[in-house]
Amino acid sequence: MTLLPDPASLVNEDRADGSIYNNALLYDMEMDRIFKRNWIWVAHRSDLPDPGSFITTFVGQHPVIVSRDRKGEVHVLLNRCRHRGATVCEHKSGKAASFVCPYHGWAYGQDGALRAVPQPKGYGDSLDKSKLPLVSLRVEDYNGMIFATFNADIMPLDEWLGPAKIWIDLFMKQGAGWPIKTMGEHKFTFPGNWKIQLENTTDAYHFPIVHKSFLDSVDNQTQNIFDFVEGDGFVEDLGNGHSVMVMIPELVDLEENLDAPIPERFQKLAEALSKDYPPEKVRQIVRAVGGSGFNLNLYPNVACSMAFFRVLRPLAVDETEIRHIAIGMDGGPEIANEVRLRLHEHFQGPLGFGTPDDSEAWDRVQRGALAGYNIDILLNRGLEHEAKRESGLLFSDVTAETGMRAAYRQWLTDMTCETAIEEAAQ
Amino acid sequence: MSITLADAIEFITLEADMLDYGQFKEWLSLYTPDGLYIVPIDPDADDYQKKLNYAYDNAEMRQNRVTRLLSGRAISAMPPAHTVRLLGRYRMLETDETKCIVRCAQMLTEMRQGRERYYSANVTFHLVKTDDGLKIDRKIICLLTSTEALTTVSYIL
Repeated sequence: MTLLPDPASLVNEDRADGSIYNNALLYDMEMDRIFKRNWIWVAHRSDLPDPGSFITTFVGQHPVIVSRDRKGEVHVLLNRCRHRGATVCEHKSGKAASFVCPYHGWAYGQDGALRAVPQPKGYGDSLDKSKLPLVSLRVEDYNGMIFATFNADIMPLDEWLGPAKIWIDLFMKQGAGWPIKTMGEHKFTFPGNWKIQLENTTDAYHFPIVHKSFLDSVDNQTQNIFDFVEGDGFVEDLGNGHSVMVMIPELVDLEENLDAPIPERFQKLAEALSKDYPPEKVRQIVRAVGGSGFNLNLYPNVACSMAFFRVLRPLAVDETEIRHIAIGMDGGPEIANEVRLRLHEHFQGPLGFGTPDDSEAWDRVQRGALAGYNIDILLNRGLEHEAKRESGLLFSDVTAETGMRAAYRQWLTDMTCETAIEEAAQ
Repeated sequence: MSITLADAIEFITLEADMLDYGQFKEWLSLYTPDGLYIVPIDPDADDYQKKLNYAYDNAEMRQNRVTRLLSGRAISAMPPAHTVRLLGRYRMLETDETKCIVRCAQMLTEMRQGRERYYSANVTFHLVKTDDGLKIDRKIICLLTSTEALTTVSYIL
């Protein structure tokens, strides 16, 4: 029998062992103890606009269908026919009245119920269709964010998100009064462990170093806005592995400071919008287009990151898929949504001016961390002046590694959870 | 006389050579002032402007992209990737005296930090004839894998 690594010996409050990025046994344990047992983000409400809308995605390593049924209820169904295990749907998204397995024609409803099988006589009386639906996961949502879990015993999503909910609400103000909708995504992989990406969303320290060439490509005013590492921002541990990193405090609540002058880069947009909207609404739209001033990291797989959703999916111990999902105003002015798309393309995605440099840094962490033995990864930045809010939440300066410490604290809780260990052993 | 396929191929080959040999500043001059360099996600989109793309570069963004690649300040392009691209399967879709649309295939191999990667694409060129020779009014690079996960691309496709 192979001896499993001991998670408690690998992660401390202020450091972690480099092997957390490249130990394949540890990775398998993570899939069981973290991705099978926590709330995993699967979709945004706007991905399923109508009854019958569906998308296919993953919960950890498990292919799922996220489907809205005739009554509007959302189901997360394992994409696996109950007969011989074939996937029943290979479309990325669409509308369907039912899901029919291509192998032997077993047909399932939008809620996963097994409706019909061809030539049922071959089973005599032994086929109880009610016992063979597509396997359903537990589903809950908050403000349009839909999560699913294999874990029947986990706390309700509401409690799991806790203080993060306020930040989700703030993030959704980018709709400028309209609902938020997704507007396409950039999807790419990098040859590294998923936790390197998880850390990065709560790492302001790297921004002026890694993103020099992005900053070179924007106007002075925008450069100043992004000059936040010595500013009044902060990182706050929101519990359950979640954290928020406020980089630009003026852009926390997009419905405040509406009197502030319109930035130069949005002047043209403001002028165009003025033809159709009163000044107050123009300011609200323009502020929303610029995006939020914070990254909300929702452990373990999604972030509300300034102006988009960032979703990670572990593919292997040293391979991770990342999606940068663009968002916009559902029903809002098209010219404003187009500006959002161009801003997204400017920084994000595999051909953006920001993402390739992030990816390069993560790639190097993966390769560099293989060097030597028993050498720590440091997680102690900002620990010395970390303090507690009245709410009891820990916070430190904007470049602090408080958010990473929050994530690794939950990682340790998950990885050493007795129930999870027993479940995995079965 | 309409623009011939031979003229178009000569020009497209010149562009490919400039990109593989890192002559990015010279490359900028191959475009019209209103020209667009587009790498779509959805190859079937009617109007790329209204969709999310990998790149939707006007003159300013092309200039920014080149500056970034040459600046030495982008770690993903320092050292830069080396590329070899081969274009073929040319077909003239429309042509007249002042403009033409040519479609072709592009196979590109990238080498960086010991890693070889491949990108195949259907490429459509909208070319216009100017006093200064042919120019690109639109180049649309539809990657075969555009709707799948890519790896990062810190060069010009």
